[in-house]
Parts: sequence; C-alpha cells; structure tokens
Amino acid sequence: MGKFKKIAVLVALALCFAAPVTMAAGGSTKMAKADIDPGNISSLQRGARNFMNYCSGCHSAQYVRYKTIGKYLGLSEEQLIDNLMFNADKTFETIQASMSSVDAARWYGVAPPDMSLMVRAKGADHVYNFLKTFYVSKDSPTGVNNLVLAGTSMPHVLWELQGFQVANFSTHDNEDGSVTTTFEGFEPLTAGSMDAKDYDEFVRDTVNFLAYISEPIRSDRRKLGVWVLMFLIFFYILASMLKKQIWKDVK
Amino acid sequence: MARIEAEVGKPQGGLVKWIDDRFPMTSTLKYHVTEYYASKNFNMWYVFGVLAFVVLIIQLLTGIFLTMNYKPAAADAFASVEYIMRDVEWGWLIRYMHSTGASFFFIVVYLHMYRAMLYGSYKKPRELIWLIGMLIFLVLMAEAFAGYLLPWGQMSYWGAQVIISLFGAIPWVGDALVEIIRGDYSISDITLNRFFALHVILLPLVLIGLVFVHIVALHEVGSNNPDGIDIKKNKDASGKPVDGVAFHPYHTSKDLVAIIIFLMIFSAVVFFAPDMGGYFLEHANFEPANLTATPEHIAPVWYFTPFYAILRAVPDKLWGFILFVTAVLLPVFLPWLDRSRVRSIRYRGWIYKSALAVFTVTFLMLGWLGTMPADGLYVLMARILSVVYFAFFLLMPYYTAIDKTKPVPDRVVYHG
Repeated sequence: MGKFKKIAVLVALALCFAAPVTMAAGGSTKMAKADIDPGNISSLQRGARNFMNYCSGCHSAQYVRYKTIGKYLGLSEEQLIDNLMFNADKTFETIQASMSSVDAARWYGVAPPDMSLMVRAKGADHVYNFLKTFYVSKDSPTGVNNLVLAGTSMPHVLWELQGFQVANFSTHDNEDGSVTTTFEGFEPLTAGSMDAKDYDEFVRDTVNFLAYISEPIRSDRRKLGVWVLMFLIFFYILASMLKKQIWKDVK
Repeated sequence: MARIEAEVGKPQGGLVKWIDDRFPMTSTLKYHVTEYYASKNFNMWYVFGVLAFVVLIIQLLTGIFLTMNYKPAAADAFASVEYIMRDVEWGWLIRYMHSTGASFFFIVVYLHMYRAMLYGSYKKPRELIWLIGMLIFLVLMAEAFAGYLLPWGQMSYWGAQVIISLFGAIPWVGDALVEIIRGDYSISDITLNRFFALHVILLPLVLIGLVFVHIVALHEVGSNNPDGIDIKKNKDASGKPVDGVAFHPYHTSKDLVAIIIFLMIFSAVVFFAPDMGGYFLEHANFEPANLTATPEHIAPVWYFTPFYAILRAVPDKLWGFILFVTAVLLPVFLPWLDRSRVRSIRYRGWIYKSALAVFTVTFLMLGWLGTMPADGLYVLMARILSVVYFAFFLLMPYYTAIDKTKPVPDRVVYHG
C-alpha cells in the first residue's frame, strides 16, 4: 500500500515537473551550442556595440529602451548617446531601425523582423548558428544562402568580418528515386578581417546581447527569487512549529 | 419613553451581536470554519482543494492588474504584453505569476481530481460535489483557452485556430457555430475582444459561483478521508465526530504549511523558470500572431495535450472531435461507473489498483504525445493509449464489481 502511494506520488510529480524537454526543434541540421554567458557584462557591452553597428540599420528592437540597456550595462547617458544611439535623441526611446520597414519590404521582399524577442522565440543556438552559416549560393539574389534558415532574404551582412564561405554537400540517391542532401562542411572562399575564433566571439557577444534584450529583467528576477525563497523557508519553519503546537493534543 | 429609546439605541453584546441579529455571521463561521469537522488523518492528497483556491485568488488578483495595462486589440495586444513585461513597474512579476498560475491551476486541479479517484471521493453521497467539480474543470478549460489567445502570439493565434475549427466538424451547424465563436470569418480583432470579455468577466464569475457551490455542497455532506470512512457515524457525547478535527485551527494550520510549500515551488518557477522550457510559455508565442505564417508544429499548452493526443489519434475529423469531447466528459460519470463497495484505494483489490496505475501512466503518456508531432510511431502509441483511456472508464462497472475488496475498519487509520 505504502509503496503504491509512493509510486503514485512520484508519477504525479513527474507530471507536474516533467524535465523541460525541448519542443519540436525545427531544423534538421545539428546546431552548435551558442554557449552565451548572460552574467558577462563586457560581453553584453560588446554585443550592444555589435548590434547597434551591424544590425540596427535594418532590425529594430522596438520594445527595448536605451535607458534600460544603459542601466544594466553600466553605461552613462553620455556613453549611450555617443556610442549606441545613432538615430535617437532621448535615452527613453526604443531602438528603431534606420531603414523604414516599407522600404525594407520592397527591397528584400520581407521586412526584417524585430529583434526584441528573437532569442526567446527561436533560442540562442538558432540565432548563433544562423549568423555563422551563410554560404555562397548562385541561386540566391543576395548571393548567399543559410544553413539554418534556407532561402533567407537576409544578405551576409557580416561578410567583411567573416569572409565568404562555400558549403560542401554530398548527395545520396535513395532507392525510391529521391535524393538526400547532406551537409559536409564549410570551406573558406575569401578571408574576412577576423579569424574564425574572433568571429565566433563576435557572434557570441551579439547573441548574448540579443538574449539579454529578449528578457531584460532576467537577472533581477533570479536575484529576487532567492530572497523570496529564503523568506518562504523562514515562514515555513514558523508555520510548521505552529501546526505542531496546534496538533499536539490530537491523538 | 425616553428610557426605552436609550436602550434601543445602545447595542447589547457589542458589534458581533449587532451583526448577528441581522446577518448569520457567527453561525456561518461556526458551520463552515470553527465547527466544520474533517478527518484528522488527511494526507498530502488533501491539500489540493485549498491550493486550487489559493491559485484562484492569485489568478484573480494578478488578472486585475494585468487588465489595467493590457489592450484587447489585435494591433496592440502583443505589444501591451511586452509593455507589461518591460515598462510597467513589477509588471513582469504579475504577468509571470498569472502565466505560471494558469499551469499550476491545472496541476493542482488534476491532482485534486486524482485524489478523488484514489479515495473514491466522488462516491455516494458526494456525487453532486464531483459533478460541480467537473463543471469547474470544464469552465477552467474554457477560461484557460480564452486567456491563451490574449497575448496574441503565434501559438495563441494558431492554437485557437485549430481548436475553434474543431467545432466545424459538427454536422449541419458546425460552420455556423465556428462563426459564432469567432464572431468573424477568421480569428480576428473581434475574436480577441470577445475572448477577453469571456476571460475577465463571464468565466471568472461562473468559476467563483461554482467554487462557492462546490464548498457548500462539500460542507453539507462532509469531507471524505483516505480511508473512505464516514466519520459522522462515530460521534462523542457532544455530537462531534471522534475522528474529526475542526477546520480551524487544525486544518487551517496544516493547510498553511502546505500553502507555503506550494508557494516555494510556485516561486521557483516564477523566478527561475517562467517558461518551464517552453511548456508554460511556448517559445513560438514570443512571436506576434502572423496570419500568413503557420508554425510548423502547433501544440496546445501542456494541460490540454492528453485530450489533444486523443483528438489527433483519430483519422476522421468528426470522430476525433467526438472522442475528444467524450474523453473530457467521461470522468463526469465516475460516481456511477464505479461499482466498488469501498471508497478508498486502501481497501480495494488488485484489479482497481492496477487499472488506476495503468490509467495514470496512460494519461501522462497521452499528455506527452500531445506535445509531439503527430506522425509514425507517435500516432500508433496515441491510438493504443486512447483505447486504454476509454477502457478504464467504460469497463469500470465490470472490474470494480468483481474486484475483491478488503474489510474497511470502523475508525480512520491515524498514527499521530
């Protein structure tokens, strides 16, 4: 009987707190881990610089205020205005793309998505791999395709840094007549201004920043959570002493 | 003359008596709180009713504050949620409490229902409590469904699209019904507006009313206990059950401990894993609803997935819908499907114990399958498990009747 009860309890708990198995991963390509460090402020500062210099021309982050970033990254109002704010005057403003979305839609066929929640929606690994897997493709109007998001209308904006690369695919004829294409690896075509390691860090910092803006409150909530739990533990001790006292005479 | 007036004007016995002469305050408190006797051997399964009440309060309070900042319009809804998350003071906490509360509502209610299945709480004379409870469960599902559309994310939109279109499978009236629900030819601003009205006014009102009736009905017949014994049969000279202790201060002090433990788990999620890896807040819902891009994998939130798996297991749309509705409604009939002479699992035979164990695993597995894509092996598994799910209920009159039960003791088992 006791054993059954224990099993039932375990099963019930498993229901409630099933290990967070990732939902449908989407792409079939194996993704490299972004391995970002949300606590690394200088990485976030570099990421902010990267984003404002290379991304914000086309991509907005319409829910993110400069002020919020400045406060978290330890930047003064002057530093914000001088280094990050290219098309805004006041620090309470949100990050708007320099390019109008109407123009963008006409030029690229689709307006570049807002970046405020990109990492929360797609995951850090997705964005990290996306930025690293542009390869030369003759079929595309931008001259490049992407391994993570095939047929993307985004050009390889970071080509100056990474250089261009060629993707090697092997094809395999299946018995039913279909062809399976397998990605075999990249081969550099032209060199960029950064070596592979520096570019990797560059992308990692950028993704780290995107992860931060997708939930700026993240670190605050975790800090507060510790206090809340400590309070509850203290409250629990009092409450169980009270319960013991009240139930003392129940036989 | 003057003397009498002075006496009338002066309250006799203070404010409490003044109120009691006009409103049954003290007697109601006695009846429902200080002299409501419930078994002293309640175990952890008996805390989920109180916890459901706690979650209801959390949802009502946080909901009020969300309503103050949320904008129920297709053009503004998504942005207003982000405004709450980023710009409203403590908005993120309120929102996470509300979104986490939705999932915990179902966790707690599922466990509360499971308790009734463990200890036969739905059996005579508590059938009506069970029926009201099932009604609460159905309203809660509607409430959660309506609420899930409000953030106007991709999953809000497409999840609602899938579920509402199910009603289209009903012959003759289906299409008209779908239009009535949506108020439009597709899910639109109009749909969002009416779902908001349902979510913040109608359904919460019904929910509160039903919870009130649920508790009144419970207090009329008295709480069950893990032994499934009627404690009112054993009363002392003063007329109170010997195995019972008053709700206050005994059960309240015990429940307080349970509430704190619950709040610890709740806070752990709110502060450290509000997404719960995509189960409580689905990743795709951080993208605004896009009418032209269907997500490649549409999954409802976890608390609907067991029934969703049954729905998808059936190749035919109408039959899928029928089995889906039946699966949700079947527990309603438990009081009459269960023919066992005893209530509690403690005194039931191996047949019911095994059946319940199989059912438990089945329900969990169906819940998992509902989150997975519907192809190949998953569909086959969902089909087999759907049959098991229905068999548990439909065969219950037979296997509970032949199950060999153990003798039930006169007094509850209590080890201090």
